Amino acid sequence: MAADTATDDRSLRAGKRIPYVLLIPGMLFTFVFFVVPLITLLKISLSTKPDRLLPNYEFTWEWSNYRAAFDDFGTQLLRSFVYAGIATVICLLIAYPIAYFIAFKAGRWRYVLLGLVMVPFFTSFLLRTIAWQSLLNDSGPVIGLIDRLNATEILDSVGILDNGRLLNTQIAVIGGLTYNFLPFMLLPIYVSLEKVDVRLVDASADLYSPFSRTFRKVIFPLSLPGVFAGTLLTFIPATGDFINAELLGNPNTQVIGSVVQTQFLERNDYPTAAAISFVIMALITAMVLVYAKFLGTEDLA
Amino acid sequence: MSRTRALRRIRWGTIALWVVTILGFAYLFIPLITIAVFSFNDPEGRFNTTWSGFTLDHWKDPFPAGDYTDAFIVSLRVAFVACTIATVLGALIALALARYRILGGTWLNLLLILPLTTPEIVFGASLFTLFFNQGVSRGFWTIVIAHTMFCLSFVALTVKARIRGLDWSLEDAAADLGSPPMRTFFKITFPLIIPGVLAAFLLSLALSIDDYIITSFIAGSVSTFPREIFDSAKVEIPPQVHVLATLIMVVAILILVVGTLVGERRRARLG
Repeated sequence: MAADTATDDRSLRAGKRIPYVLLIPGMLFTFVFFVVPLITLLKISLSTKPDRLLPNYEFTWEWSNYRAAFDDFGTQLLRSFVYAGIATVICLLIAYPIAYFIAFKAGRWRYVLLGLVMVPFFTSFLLRTIAWQSLLNDSGPVIGLIDRLNATEILDSVGILDNGRLLNTQIAVIGGLTYNFLPFMLLPIYVSLEKVDVRLVDASADLYSPFSRTFRKVIFPLSLPGVFAGTLLTFIPATGDFINAELLGNPNTQVIGSVVQTQFLERNDYPTAAAISFVIMALITAMVLVYAKFLGTEDLA
Repeated sequence: MSRTRALRRIRWGTIALWVVTILGFAYLFIPLITIAVFSFNDPEGRFNTTWSGFTLDHWKDPFPAGDYTDAFIVSLRVAFVACTIATVLGALIALALARYRILGGTWLNLLLILPLTTPEIVFGASLFTLFFNQGVSRGFWTIVIAHTMFCLSFVALTVKARIRGLDWSLEDAAADLGSPPMRTFFKITFPLIIPGVLAAFLLSLALSIDDYIITSFIAGSVSTFPREIFDSAKVEIPPQVHVLATLIMVVAILILVVGTLVGERRRARLG
């Protein structure tokens, strides 16, 4: 930290304008193509829908668009948040042990395993989801295995299978979301686990703390920044995602992302679609704030 | 007594850890293996999602004339243009933020993080309304703009994280020895930051080539590779798609491996 300040001071001496010259092009781009569009979206969400398809949206503080968003699409909205929430929790439960293994048990294989975790990033997101169609369809290997184990009825009764089917069910959608966002949960958790000072863990063990307690009191609290980052990186995109719901679900698993896309590109109902978009943003922001408070990690964001 | 119990408990924990890790990696990789395997499938219908026989035909001609090849080329062109612009602009921002104390730096950081934490549908929808309001016709360049935007934030943040700990005193040493600023930049600063910048460029290529949701809002009638796959997924999934995806995966893994080896050699030489 002290070294940082020292360099900063020296740089400031070197020239005060240079950093701003470096910043301006990128920041201007960000302003024009990120901030301005969001303002435009907000304006359209409060505009009156024209009678015919003319681009004359009038800004009239039309709050009814927001009521329409909840009244007409509340189900899909709730469903998206529920799917994303479940997928995030499962991701955390799977990713944490793997990250722990890579950080503490993998030895010299650490970087190889880390590289392997990143490999899914380099394959088409869509095709990975389509691969689940091959795996889960009625003549695919998963159903085949279940049949051979004679487990169809049991799994049907606990709700994992839907009349013997796996593809085009809620389970498939949630499984797809979990799969697609798992690396986003894993990598930040790994980064914070890697930084845990092993001497603290040793000290705790030397003082006769059983491992479960060392984990609860030392390791887990130190990994919370990673858990926080991972949860956000999973939950936020999963809430807006509609690829999994479209490719692995059925008409009853439609999520809010599909609604927004259809309203914009097919129905041309821009005000309602814009209002839905802002509701999603607002809900996510609220949840992130509550979550940050709950974890006590405001300073981490 | 209590010590053996502790040992035994730890061992059970270790076994559980191994099991979860192995199953987790299987979960990550089974779909990838499926994609590669289905690139050798000889499908009976229009959907290459059910196995019906081995063939090498699709690999003999990975780029037959048609919509998917066209879309694939569009995706590559978009990715190279957008990621080049994003990498230059993003690296400059990273340099400014990591290297200098900036007025309002916290706000600028927030402005960089926000595009990455905004759900893609909101991002896409907002750009859609902008282009619609301004009467901009959607096509190749609107896709480039959108991709530049999300890659820009990504590059700025990753490069910033990478170059934060670098030893900038080298620059001062060069300046003290009378090197002009431009020369210092190209001889010292540039070689220092280039590994991080290149890595960010490659990862942003992957982001751009893979984007469907944002692109779908602002592409107009231009089809990118993911768009072509999604829009025709209910009609057909030809094996060519699996071949191209496998190709991307193999190239990316090669780059990753070569990059790691070069990086290690570099580190060994410097260390």
